[in-house]
Amino acid sequence: MKTPATTSQTVGPFFSIGLDRLRASNLAGPGVPGERLTIEGKVFDGDGQPVPDAMIEIWQANARGKYAHPEDTQEKPLEPGFSGYGRVPTDDNGQFRFTTIKPGPVPGPAGKPQAPHLVLSIFMRGLLKRLVTRIYFPGEAANNSDLLLSLVEPARRTTLIAKKVQERDAVLQWNVVLQGSEETVFFDC
Amino acid sequence: MAQIRGYRRPEPGTQPPHLHPRYVSSIKRAPTKPLVAVPQTLSEITGPVFGPEVVQPKACDLTSQHSGSPQGQRIIVSGRVLDEDHRPLPNTLIEIWQANAAGRYLHKTDQHLAPLDPNFTGCGHTVTDSAGHYRFISIRPGAYPWRNHDNAWRPAHIHFSLFGPAFATRLVTQMYFPGDALLPFDPIFNCVADEKARERLISLFDWETTIPETALGYKFDIILSGRDSTPMES
Repeated sequence: MKTPATTSQTVGPFFSIGLDRLRASNLAGPGVPGERLTIEGKVFDGDGQPVPDAMIEIWQANARGKYAHPEDTQEKPLEPGFSGYGRVPTDDNGQFRFTTIKPGPVPGPAGKPQAPHLVLSIFMRGLLKRLVTRIYFPGEAANNSDLLLSLVEPARRTTLIAKKVQERDAVLQWNVVLQGSEETVFFDC
Repeated sequence: MAQIRGYRRPEPGTQPPHLHPRYVSSIKRAPTKPLVAVPQTLSEITGPVFGPEVVQPKACDLTSQHSGSPQGQRIIVSGRVLDEDHRPLPNTLIEIWQANAAGRYLHKTDQHLAPLDPNFTGCGHTVTDSAGHYRFISIRPGAYPWRNHDNAWRPAHIHFSLFGPAFATRLVTQMYFPGDALLPFDPIFNCVADEKARERLISLFDWETTIPETALGYKFDIILSGRDSTPMES
């Protein structure tokens, strides 16, 4: 006997009551090895207005490309103090920010490694189910051979790649555009 | 790691679209371009693991977080977390939040007329036991008005958030109460075509968990995506 998965419902406008406790904007505590980065950006709706009541969840591998999860059976070390989980809300200006380390490459389809990436779930009032997307890293040669990026039409791939910020080392910018010509790529997976 | 086993795609009609015009907020927030279909990879079949250190045993009782008792009808909400093949999911974190008995959320943007309750925050969490069971003690939340359409009221509900075993199984949903007269009019509850899927969002009144002279019992089972039967090359 099978029962389909429970229907998703929106987080609504008041999710901070229940979800703030596990807020995590610094994914990598002191001493966690890897290239430390702050990723910041804004979420915009179809009118180009910032979304002040969104929540972004992050899941990623450590700097060696190992997930802290029992089904990652790669012979690579886990890093103490790094679980790979993050959760950040947007503020009144639609802005979010988190600090982490750049993940290493993880295995992908057909035995080929994937380019370093974060996977994200985006929740907000108005979304009956989450949006799923990814953040890739700028100037990464592996982006050219990443299978998932290759499934996205070339003109839209840039929406998935964070941008360097002039004169700010270790800061990357990545916006979420919900609608329009610059619309972020969202995945069905 | 030559092969991975993915999680199933949803049964047609059981998960909402992003754009659901009767739910007015979706109009400016739902993507307008088609989602890009991609295979699941190690990134999606893994997900955050929460250890016992994040769980406070008392957080499953929303009625004992303050010096006094909250207003309202005391309820026990319990059930199981299962996958689509009815396998129990143990050690699964559940986060919940809800309005108070008057239908007011303890949140700066909820300014409607109903009173706050100094003895009710409306936030709880727990983790399922080895057989997938969970149990919360709370009060029945009130219905509340919203601005979706003229004279719009949300039926009483409790928000549930679960990760499950993988990024692919992440679920946020709402539990409703049987016999709520507002259900037929609510665009959020009515977001899917499949009537049985909607019915599964409504808890069942349950004598077995009702505590005499204390609290009414409601049963609510939560189903997370099941696993594909065949592994894919990875």
